[in-house]
Amino acid sequence: MIMQGKQGLICGVANKRSIAHAIAKSLHREGAELAFTYQGDAVKKNVQEIADDLGSDLLFKCDVTKDDDIKKLFHDLKHYMHHIDFVVHSVAFADKEDLKKDFHRTSRHGFTLAHDISAYSLIAIANEAYPLMHLHGGAILTLSYYGAEKVIPGYNVMGVAKASLEASVRYLAADLGHRQVRVNAISAGPVNTLAARGISGFTKILDIIPEKAPLRRNVEVDEVGDAGLFLCSPWATGITGETLYVDCGYHVIGM
Amino acid sequence: MTKEEITKKVTEIIVKKLGVTEGEVTPAASYVEDLGADSLDQVELVMEFEDSFSLGEKIPEEEAAKLTTVGSTIEYLVSKLGK
Repeated sequence: MIMQGKQGLICGVANKRSIAHAIAKSLHREGAELAFTYQGDAVKKNVQEIADDLGSDLLFKCDVTKDDDIKKLFHDLKHYMHHIDFVVHSVAFADKEDLKKDFHRTSRHGFTLAHDISAYSLIAIANEAYPLMHLHGGAILTLSYYGAEKVIPGYNVMGVAKASLEASVRYLAADLGHRQVRVNAISAGPVNTLAARGISGFTKILDIIPEKAPLRRNVEVDEVGDAGLFLCSPWATGITGETLYVDCGYHVIGM
Repeated sequence: MTKEEITKKVTEIIVKKLGVTEGEVTPAASYVEDLGADSLDQVELVMEFEDSFSLGEKIPEEEAAKLTTVGSTIEYLVSKLGK
């Protein structure tokens, strides 16, 4: 069990279908101890059940738009975990209205909100997390999507925010590398999550991948979970600043 | 599946997800107005129906948007699975 004796924080579980849940399951299977955050009361019960299933009673409320929440989260976490080995950041949001309209109609507020929650939150969390990775470094992992680099209809401002997120991964990796803190992203193929169902035309995206992707199927969420485990584990200590595609190869296809 | 089987299963899923009583889950009941669902609950319910009934394909957004009452959900599932 590669994660025996390792412990860390999972941010961004909404329900059992969440990618963060799949990564948490893989980490737990390999022996990691986990703590969880939940965004608000609407998802608390879901996250509580998942934490129970994965042998954790460490549950913290954290709205990533609030600096005070993030500070308090790590302050509280410190009481239970004197050091951490990994943080999984699987958090994103865009106003549904901005995902329906043409991209050029994105509002200033919608643009700011999407970038604040989906990209800035990684920076804010990394800034609080790295001091807890003082023992032997650590791994910070976030989740992105191909819409960060190519146009996916309906992904709109979320794609631009994910581009910002992927760039932030590189800058954070450069900053924190001398402490052996690694920062990576997974660019996952489309997964049928609660968040994904907010994207106009998402079910059509799921239909196109099996026709085009080299593996001729959609990625399974547990495959994203295992790739997340890998990047958080001692198997990946030489990897930082990277965006790893876990998409059945879709990104290599030209047409 | 028969309409009765579909109705029974739909009711179970709604009771579990929304924490309402079986008696409240009538065909005329609106998820939002009568059963207290928010927009996230509605999406979660649609995904539960897809999985629990092994629909194979996802319920497209245009169709999902029309499933605002228990009755409309049952009619939709009957049209896909009924015999």
